[in-house]
Amino acid sequence: MTTTTTPHPAPTETPTPARRTTTRPRGRRRGERGPLASIALHATLLVASAIAIFPVLWIALTSLKPGDDWQKPGSFAGLSLGNYRDVLSDGSFVRWFGNSVVVALGTTVLGVFIAASAGYALSRMRFPGHKPLMWAFLVVQMFPVAVLIVPMYTIMSKLHLINTYGSLILAYCTVAVPFCAWMLKGYFDTIPREIDEAGRVDGLTPFGTFWRLVMPLARPGLAVTAFYSFLTAWGEVAYATTFMNDRKHYTLAVGLGTWVGQFKSEWGLMTAASVLITIPAALVFFFVQRHLVSGLTAGGTKS
Amino acid sequence: MTTTIEAPESPGSPSVPEGTTPRKPAAGRFRRILRRLRRSYDSHWYAWAMVLPVVLVLGVLVGYPLVRGLYYSLTDINEANMGRTIGVNHIPATYEWVGLKNYRDVLSGSDGNFYPKLQWTLIWTVSCVVLHYTLGLGLAVLLNRKVRFSGMYRIMLVVPWAVPAFVSAFAWRLMLNKDNGVINSILGGAGMDPVDWLGQPTTAKIAVIMVNVWIGAPFNMVAILGGLQAIPKEQYEAAEMDGATPWQRFRYVTMPGLRPISATIILLGVIWTFNQFAVIYLVTEGGPFGSTEILVTFAYKLGFANIRDYAGAATYGAIILSMLILFATAYRRTLDRKGQETA
Repeated sequence: MTTTTTPHPAPTETPTPARRTTTRPRGRRRGERGPLASIALHATLLVASAIAIFPVLWIALTSLKPGDDWQKPGSFAGLSLGNYRDVLSDGSFVRWFGNSVVVALGTTVLGVFIAASAGYALSRMRFPGHKPLMWAFLVVQMFPVAVLIVPMYTIMSKLHLINTYGSLILAYCTVAVPFCAWMLKGYFDTIPREIDEAGRVDGLTPFGTFWRLVMPLARPGLAVTAFYSFLTAWGEVAYATTFMNDRKHYTLAVGLGTWVGQFKSEWGLMTAASVLITIPAALVFFFVQRHLVSGLTAGGTKS
Repeated sequence: MTTTIEAPESPGSPSVPEGTTPRKPAAGRFRRILRRLRRSYDSHWYAWAMVLPVVLVLGVLVGYPLVRGLYYSLTDINEANMGRTIGVNHIPATYEWVGLKNYRDVLSGSDGNFYPKLQWTLIWTVSCVVLHYTLGLGLAVLLNRKVRFSGMYRIMLVVPWAVPAFVSAFAWRLMLNKDNGVINSILGGAGMDPVDWLGQPTTAKIAVIMVNVWIGAPFNMVAILGGLQAIPKEQYEAAEMDGATPWQRFRYVTMPGLRPISATIILLGVIWTFNQFAVIYLVTEGGPFGSTEILVTFAYKLGFANIRDYAGAATYGAIILSMLILFATAYRRTLDRKGQETA
């Protein structure tokens, strides 16, 4: 605002018209828009949403078609749950499903816990090895998994972990933890240090502060990392094929892979199975989705 | 890990006054180092204890195989000569040290695979990351405005992220199927000829990029949306007071405000896409005729093809790793320099 240089008579007159020009003529306030802009906005979002959910809806629709009708995109006659009945009546499906649940939940719990503990140390403490560790989290994601499988198999068999849930849980942790720890470090950075200090004054150990005070506050960040870890473990195929070579121990993804050969191109059954696999992931997603945005906010962190 | 003590400044590591011991030349040098180590341990053991599980898991399961892989890349190891135990018979390993021969073979282009695959890998990475970021940014900006049903839109738009990768790949293969796929039947309805999406090199490339963009855009959108919400409203108000147009507000308030999150997701995006094994492998298996094969899937094939060429796979792995490390370092440097200029 400029200081008025006008002489004494009317010091209030000059500012008034000036302010009027900035606020008055605008018919709409900020954040409001005309009907055309609104239509364009909703149209764009609708088209994008349709593209996003179409493949999922399509596979769900196809799974209801009987027999070989998956080959006829245009036919919607005789929809039934027959494919689901066939899939679920196969005893192995339920078993594989159980295996997948154990592995995915194990990865989520272990992965999030160790990532959170490392992320907290990286966020709050300066210690020798701080910077190399941040770099290591990045570098670990650069080495192609495909090349790691064979040497990792050797280690797993030396540890007698082949055909156990432990092998897969640990392997998935190596995939999920670097990103989770990096993310959680960023999230912890946004939680004020005063909270830690208050905890320390009240006689909590650093670990106690982390566990009792900071973890509950970090719920959105933890939700996102849990989601990420769960998904990493839930749909993975390469490690699961290598480490579980006993039919009893197959995870869902591997088991279904064997189906494709077994019942030649039974894509109808595959679609039903795919929907069944997606449901647990969708449930997890539904519980964490309201945290997704706030949880990732902290992702914009400098190392 | 070094033994230097950085000044501890956080509540987690109680501060130890530095340099309280008077310097005694020559004498007790070893003891001084010991003492420093000891003091370092005293003030940092909490931090180390908290990162230990991660370091153990990563060290044993990634670090060791990585070092092992680097060693293999300097030998001629393959399935036939690696040695094994069959029943009671132990066949000794006969692979030999070959120095840098594997690297020379690959980098000179004499294996005939590296440069064509590298070129496609770069096209694949750049186009996927650019599309991920721009689509994510566009959708995030739209969702960040006051829109009715924005919660609904957001849930629908994040769906591709929540679907397991092999289910998405299967869904797209079903839709892209030449004779029975819904995409061709829609095209047919519009009077166009069916396209053999996954059977032609060019269309297969377009198809895998499309699938990967579909899978990856939601993550970018959510991350950028988080970044947008972290930009203080006052900055927009100030810009508006100064009469900035919407485009100027976007250019001079939104984009700089998004810089930290953009730096992170672009870096991660490049690393993830460069190594995106699952999408390529599940949708096309690298075909047709190897046209969609990126370096990672090719390395996997080397290691798991008829005669398993572990040395070749390890060499490709090491080259991929070095390229990404170079990229990450250069990227960080550029960002730091830019940050200093604007600061």
